[in-house]
Amino acid sequence: MTGVRLTLALAVLTPASLIVAIMVGAASLPATEVLGSLIGIGDDGRTALIVEAIRLPRALLTGLVGALLAICGAAMQGLFRNPLADPSLIGVTAGASVGASLMIVFGGTLAGLGGLSLISLGAFAGGAGAVALVYRLATGPGGTSVATMLLAGIAIAALAGSAGGLLEFHASNEMLRRISLWRMGGLEGANWPRVGIVGVIAAIVLIALPRQAGALNALLLGESEARHLGIPVNAVKRRLILMTAAGVGVSVAVAGAITFVGLVVPHIVRMLIGPDHRWLLPASAMAGAVLLLWADILARTLVAPTELPVGLLTALLGAPFFISLLRHRHEYGMA
Amino acid sequence: MTLSIRNLTVAIGERRLLADISLAVAAGELVAVIGPNGAGKTSLIHAAVGDLPARQGEVAFAGRALADWPGRERACGMALLPQFSTLGFPFTVREVVLLGRGPHRSGAKVDGRIADAACAATDIEHLATRRYTHLSGGEKQRVQLARVLAQIWRAEDAPDRLLLLDEPVAALDIGHQQVVMDQVRRFADQGVAVVMVQHDISLAARYADRLLALREGQAVAEGEPSAVVTRQTMRRLFDTDTRVIPHPDTGTPVVLHG
Repeated sequence: MTGVRLTLALAVLTPASLIVAIMVGAASLPATEVLGSLIGIGDDGRTALIVEAIRLPRALLTGLVGALLAICGAAMQGLFRNPLADPSLIGVTAGASVGASLMIVFGGTLAGLGGLSLISLGAFAGGAGAVALVYRLATGPGGTSVATMLLAGIAIAALAGSAGGLLEFHASNEMLRRISLWRMGGLEGANWPRVGIVGVIAAIVLIALPRQAGALNALLLGESEARHLGIPVNAVKRRLILMTAAGVGVSVAVAGAITFVGLVVPHIVRMLIGPDHRWLLPASAMAGAVLLLWADILARTLVAPTELPVGLLTALLGAPFFISLLRHRHEYGMA
Repeated sequence: MTLSIRNLTVAIGERRLLADISLAVAAGELVAVIGPNGAGKTSLIHAAVGDLPARQGEVAFAGRALADWPGRERACGMALLPQFSTLGFPFTVREVVLLGRGPHRSGAKVDGRIADAACAATDIEHLATRRYTHLSGGEKQRVQLARVLAQIWRAEDAPDRLLLLDEPVAALDIGHQQVVMDQVRRFADQGVAVVMVQHDISLAARYADRLLALREGQAVAEGEPSAVVTRQTMRRLFDTDTRVIPHPDTGTPVVLHG
């Protein structure tokens, strides 16, 4: 498959998935009414209300989070020159988990800020703090060492893991359940202010990251090779890490720890169209949005009226597809 | 002078990799660096491109100190083929060669033509659509060579062009050694300054204008091949006895095991 064809297919699939996500739910809405109320010509007040207040913000948030996780994963795999790298390697998810747990255990009844709950704020702060620490540890006078960053990320994740464990030990049963649900990820907290916050970050990341595609391609040759091709390697690394921290940080803050999307979506896309980041980055973003939208549709409908954590379903949907690709990996050039 | 290295000393901590090395390479010249393992040959190449900082002395490309060059502008005229390549992602061969055109703003059409020509020059046209990760070691080396050739392919790419090659034929069969060396020589004849690290001394002597012999970071000899490749110098470099005879056709020195 070529980059053009996959990108075109995804450009159709992404809005289609968005519309299905709006149609499906406790009360299912026909496509015509959904489209009507989206462009403001619907005359059914009830449909318009469901779409505007509940389904649309949730679908948008889901799509944006999926796109952010996948495109950041693609960028990290390029930066680490490892197709098994994951955005959490730089510590962002581990830090966010501690931040969220801290707020669940000690936050009490404090109110959030601007549509974000205290847990979200704690998660974002924890994620950003962890990335800053990992980056500082790996950066010396000669620039940032990707290998050191990998090790620092593992160390910080281990530290965060035990800090999280201590918090859980201290937590009540009710808190424990909230922590564990947060870890599984979920989009039930979607509202317009959250869409706004994630939308701003997503607009920046989704425009800025693809501009680094040429640099990422050169980086796959090796860091010195990229430098010899005129790429300002350290500046590029800083940009990539900053954007990943912002993108994954805000995603984790609003949706909890959703695993698998950042690791496997770019991997699947690379197996289909090759490693050229000029196609890989936009295609991963769209594929991530599609995967998370469908996972969330299932999360909402499988055991309705309750909801499953969406993080459980991303793996359930993506893993079989990934496994089938692995069986044919030699055809895709992955040794 | 396209490349001028003056009294260069490079050290990592207390260990001196290069001591007081000077080398000037003009446009159109092909200089081969020879010497035993660990003599500092690769260090010299990497110091010439600025990867290893000079403790003393200076390196200038086209009359301008390395540090004064903006990265992209320098990359338009200076390319390096490393000894090893770590690319582990399944780009096609043609995509890898096209990466060499990254620094330029010459347009997709021109870049495509140059990539095809560079593939032809290193005899990898038939591999163009293959995945890089599926190639053999020698094929990979030719792909990487095509990439660095494409980077400085045209005279209008940069006013001064410098090609640095670290063991360009180490993994190649004898037929492809000749294809690649002929191509490098042609590049030099078109006005590119070439510095290459070479273990096969007879091959270096056959193609290079000058040789620089290094041992333990110091210059042991420099000059025309016939002046450098002697039994005495070989013994000083490699601590082994050899025989040096003239090539029956070209007259350039050929080293035989003693």
